[in-house]
Amino acid sequence: MQRLARLFDLLAGDPQAERAVPPTGFTARLTTFTAAAMAFLAVFAMALSLATGRLADRWASELARTSTLRISAPEGQMEAQTRAALEVLRTTPGVAEARPLSADEQRALLEPWFGPDLPVEALPIPQLIEIVEDRAGYDPSGLRARLQAEVPGAVLDDHTRWREPLVEAAGRLRLLGMVSMALIAAATAAMITLAAQAALAANAQVIRVLRLVGARDTYIARAFVRRFTLRAVIGAALGTLAGIVAVLLLPRTDAAGGFLTGLGFRGWHWLWPLVIPPLAGAVAYAATRAAALRSLRAQS
Amino acid sequence: MPLTGAIASPAPFGQNGAKRNRGRPVIELDNVAYSYGGAELFAGVSLALAPGSFHFLTGPSGAGKTTLLKLCYGELTATAGQVRLFDQDARGMARDGIAMVRRRIGVVHQDCQFLDHLSVAENVALPLTVSGRSADDRDFRDLMGWVGLSAQAAQLPPELSGGERQRAALARAVIMSPEVILADEPTGNIDQEMSQKLLTLLVELNRMGKSVLIATHDLTLIRAAKAQVQARVLRLRDRRLQLAGADL
Repeated sequence: MQRLARLFDLLAGDPQAERAVPPTGFTARLTTFTAAAMAFLAVFAMALSLATGRLADRWASELARTSTLRISAPEGQMEAQTRAALEVLRTTPGVAEARPLSADEQRALLEPWFGPDLPVEALPIPQLIEIVEDRAGYDPSGLRARLQAEVPGAVLDDHTRWREPLVEAAGRLRLLGMVSMALIAAATAAMITLAAQAALAANAQVIRVLRLVGARDTYIARAFVRRFTLRAVIGAALGTLAGIVAVLLLPRTDAAGGFLTGLGFRGWHWLWPLVIPPLAGAVAYAATRAAALRSLRAQS
Repeated sequence: MPLTGAIASPAPFGQNGAKRNRGRPVIELDNVAYSYGGAELFAGVSLALAPGSFHFLTGPSGAGKTTLLKLCYGELTATAGQVRLFDQDARGMARDGIAMVRRRIGVVHQDCQFLDHLSVAENVALPLTVSGRSADDRDFRDLMGWVGLSAQAAQLPPELSGGERQRAALARAVIMSPEVILADEPTGNIDQEMSQKLLTLLVELNRMGKSVLIATHDLTLIRAAKAQVQARVLRLRDRRLQLAGADL
């Protein structure tokens, strides 16, 4: 509560303390620009993190509920084996739905590799059956044993072997997004620290005079801290706004869009970028205060 | 042997003087040494500034007069010995403590430094501002009138002449009604007439009960002061502080 009160005091400001430090146009604009650029990048890092989070969740849930049965059989036996496999699946507890993919669907799956107009019927490609599990799920070992006995050409793929690396990759991307945001915050802190130190060095005479007349270090620091915090908040607000507009202008998600068109915010997640300006202010406050007090200690 | 001012001086300055002489020293240096860059500037310096005392500090250039003054307001720390400011050991003081002590000591430098983006009035009021107080309008006008800067109150410091800057620095030094005034070559950059005017202001302050210590080369100033007030003259020479002879 005391810290909160101090923050409100800071935002309310001490006009007299701030007036003691002469205005510095160039460093002010530089700090505001830096905060804006970092906030803009933070919006994208946040969007990336949230999008990969959604992707990981979708892959985890969708792939966990589906599996594929692949039937490879001589041309004359394909239909019989498909029927037999569907019968086995129909009587397997935990299987909610089993559906053989049509030739068009199989062509669509192969299209990215072989291009359009692929004569699927003329090629010895296996028949695929999509299996959707119910809530309880089925026993893959038991199903494999039954299929081995009744449909010798069937191979069950429960997606485990490629679902896990995909989910792991999406998780890593999400982590990368978070690390990016942490790095942006650290870079912002470093840049504001440098700007604050430059401002303190440029105002050495002001500091000497203030000390001579009995100003405490906290009084001197407050003038710099408020100034840099406000610049960071204003810059970050502008950068966040620009970032949100840029995300809005990204192409919309569609079936063929893939991952990149899914980059953005959904629903209440649009509120997340609003934390960036106050966060930038908090980072600027901590960085400037630490830099100012350290610098004042060194100058004494 | 410590050189004491008003403590040793039997002559009071009017009614207040008698009370002042009974007070403890406001600033006390006990066997103080200061070294800079391996060279000892002075050593074995003992001094006690009693309330209401008036001292001059003379000595050749480079003898350490400015350094001695800086020790007196906590800008520098003695390399040996003890400096006591208002009965507190300066060495043990935190920076906030030093800041509080400086509110009780008014300092005037030869090269008066101001905040050039603030008006003269704001600069004069700066000690009040940093201590979170505001000036009473009438008192403030009186102060500006006393130093003869009423007409310059709204100007910026770079627009002032040397003498006006010195008087503005004096006004800033006294606005908190400090117990001690330390002045470092206050007449170094101003003409004779202005020096006399400044001295008159310092003598008036002393008569109000303030302790005054002026570091100066200006023998005319010292002689003029001794004609108006009982002042002691200390000389910093050959790394020692001595009481100056009767010629001063």
